[in-house]
Amino acid sequence: MSNSKHSPTRRDFMRLGLGAAGGLAASGGFIPRVFAADQPPIGTFPAGVSGSSVFIGIAVPRTGTYAVQGEDELKGWQLAVEHLNSGHPLMKQISPKTKKGVLGKEVKYGVADSAAKPNDAVQAEQRFITENKAVLMTGSTSSAVAVALNKLAQREKVLYVTGISGSNDTTGKDCVRYGFRQNFYGQTAAAAIGPVIVKAYGKNKKVAYLTPDYTYGHTVTKSCQDYLATAGWTTVTNQVAPLGAPDYSSYLLNVANSGADVLINVNWGHDAVLSTQQAQRFGILDKMKLVIPYQIPFLAPEVGNNLTAGVYAATDFWWTLEDKFPLAKMFVDEFRKKFGYNPEWGANNAYMSFAMWADAVENAGTFYPPDVIKSFEAGRKLQSTVGEVYIRKEDHQCVRPVIIVQGKKQAEMKNKEDFWNVLEIVPGEGLMQKPDAFGCKLGDYT
Amino acid sequence: MINWANFISQVFNGLALGALLALISSGLTIIYGTLGVLNLAHGAMFMLGGYAGFVAYQATGSYIVAVAAGALSLLVLGIVMERVIIRHFYGRPHEDQLLVTFGLSICFVELVRFFFGSESRNVPPPGPLSGVVSLGFAIYPTYRVALMGIVAVALVVLFLVLYRTRLGMIVRAGIEDAVMVDSLGIDVYRVFMVVFGIGAMAAGFAGIVNAPVVSLTPEVGEAILVQTFVVVVIGGVGSFPGAVLGGLIAGEIISITSMINPGYAYVMLFAAMTLVLMLRPHGLLGTPGRE
Repeated sequence: MSNSKHSPTRRDFMRLGLGAAGGLAASGGFIPRVFAADQPPIGTFPAGVSGSSVFIGIAVPRTGTYAVQGEDELKGWQLAVEHLNSGHPLMKQISPKTKKGVLGKEVKYGVADSAAKPNDAVQAEQRFITENKAVLMTGSTSSAVAVALNKLAQREKVLYVTGISGSNDTTGKDCVRYGFRQNFYGQTAAAAIGPVIVKAYGKNKKVAYLTPDYTYGHTVTKSCQDYLATAGWTTVTNQVAPLGAPDYSSYLLNVANSGADVLINVNWGHDAVLSTQQAQRFGILDKMKLVIPYQIPFLAPEVGNNLTAGVYAATDFWWTLEDKFPLAKMFVDEFRKKFGYNPEWGANNAYMSFAMWADAVENAGTFYPPDVIKSFEAGRKLQSTVGEVYIRKEDHQCVRPVIIVQGKKQAEMKNKEDFWNVLEIVPGEGLMQKPDAFGCKLGDYT
Repeated sequence: MINWANFISQVFNGLALGALLALISSGLTIIYGTLGVLNLAHGAMFMLGGYAGFVAYQATGSYIVAVAAGALSLLVLGIVMERVIIRHFYGRPHEDQLLVTFGLSICFVELVRFFFGSESRNVPPPGPLSGVVSLGFAIYPTYRVALMGIVAVALVVLFLVLYRTRLGMIVRAGIEDAVMVDSLGIDVYRVFMVVFGIGAMAAGFAGIVNAPVVSLTPEVGEAILVQTFVVVVIGGVGSFPGAVLGGLIAGEIISITSMINPGYAYVMLFAAMTLVLMLRPHGLLGTPGRE
């Protein structure tokens, strides 16, 4: 035994400990599965389409704060790939020219764990581009990742469809020609849920916000503040917390002492679960109405429906829409058959984003990225699980409805997954800002 | 939101946060101070204590049984870890110790994820301690108030073990000069095993008593580990009183900063650590010469 090992120094501790502790969060899996025309080479074209298959790189959080939601998204992509390759009737309803595969090529994919960290996601996708010649990237569940992958897509000239991304910036100031988003976002969420909560709770209310400290949180909170100001609602406190905060007590004390009437929780993933549970334990939810402007998949089962009963939330999709939309029913049935539970909105978004990409490619008749982009931008109306939708050419944002739901009480639930009651399906057109309002400049095709 | 009511609330909350940090950090600092092993699995052990307690709670519905299971299972795990793995690394470079404990931490986290998934799991506070209590200046969760007492008792027990028993005397002597202790004919390996077990038990105990405050996920130990390192550096490496003081200071920094600007709560924690390192490199209650 050397003396040094029994007389550890502070320098040893600092050198070994803090450096390595910082790297603790850097673990991530990497599981590539496979590999993959007369336009000039660009990005991974034509190398990525020279074989009998094409490759999609998926960077999704499987660990960390957004892991639960990431797994649900991944299932949506997996189902979509299966349906593309088999030419499933549901896929053909959304992408009518689809036969089997995309332009006859089998679709293969690789999955990497992003842990909702931009650096991890970019490294994973860069590897998919270099090693697998990926023709399409997807991933996120964090807008910080979506923005980073947007920039990678534009730089590498490889198409990117977002996973879950709620920031206005994704198709706003950080939009790119090579990026597309299917799901709703801060502006449309606020514009859809705003009138509902003003009608329910009245004008001139005081609001406390819990906001995650990155682009998603900042823009969703800002959109809510802007809309609610028109009804005289004022912000009495905005508690900004880092992603993955281990405890919300100090933030919640500020909320408890703020005199707010309404608590708008913008946190997401496990952060939303923890902050909502702790808000209840601090007695805040007895005094304030809880509103969730950007619904978190699996929030209700994780916190318990006693906390979500009566709560208003805006969302992209809820499985009981199967009663209203035939494609939703097909999707929910297929998903439930394969995975054993009703899909959350992340899975629906994932499925739809692949279907929309397939439709764009089939209509372009080529994988040549500039032509696929123009196909996306053609404004074709597509049938979706929430009715007719299309991509807005100016910012590559899908124009689609926002679903307003309210939490059910235990006695109202028809089965163990029946957490939300669909109140309204708000058409997308009237919810969206003008295309240039958030500073979108798409960039070049080549 | 600066006013007296909120200030007093935050000071109180800082004590509650700090007490828990002190308990977790004490396990880390005892192990490092005595064995010289930087245990990067400490956060994962905190998490395992929570899950062990959760399983026991599911089986029995008893909070007491859950706490006992969380603490004792980690005591056993700590002893097994020391016997099977850690002891082979005493003579190895620090980097090897670091890698092996980091590897163990990944294994623990992924094993829990495999069996329990990433969804959060809840251990509710015991009936009499659920609900809120009015402290005059704030409404506060009853369990959190009780938790301060629970942690205080645990820290006192640890203190008594370390400062009022023969084992504690050997441990403290080992922190100062293990070679001398060895040459006095004391079986230091056996002591090391017990020390590692006690450190693991402290982490496990903290994990389960904290479970009703946070919901359990496989990553629950990750963020707390970084904070405990900061606490140990502020308090002084190898110093048990330093871990307690460092924990309380860290809790107050997080809480009071959040009152002024919540976005800087954790930034200020690292700023404080930097300040301590500049002005008192061995930490507030650490031994001079250990930098």
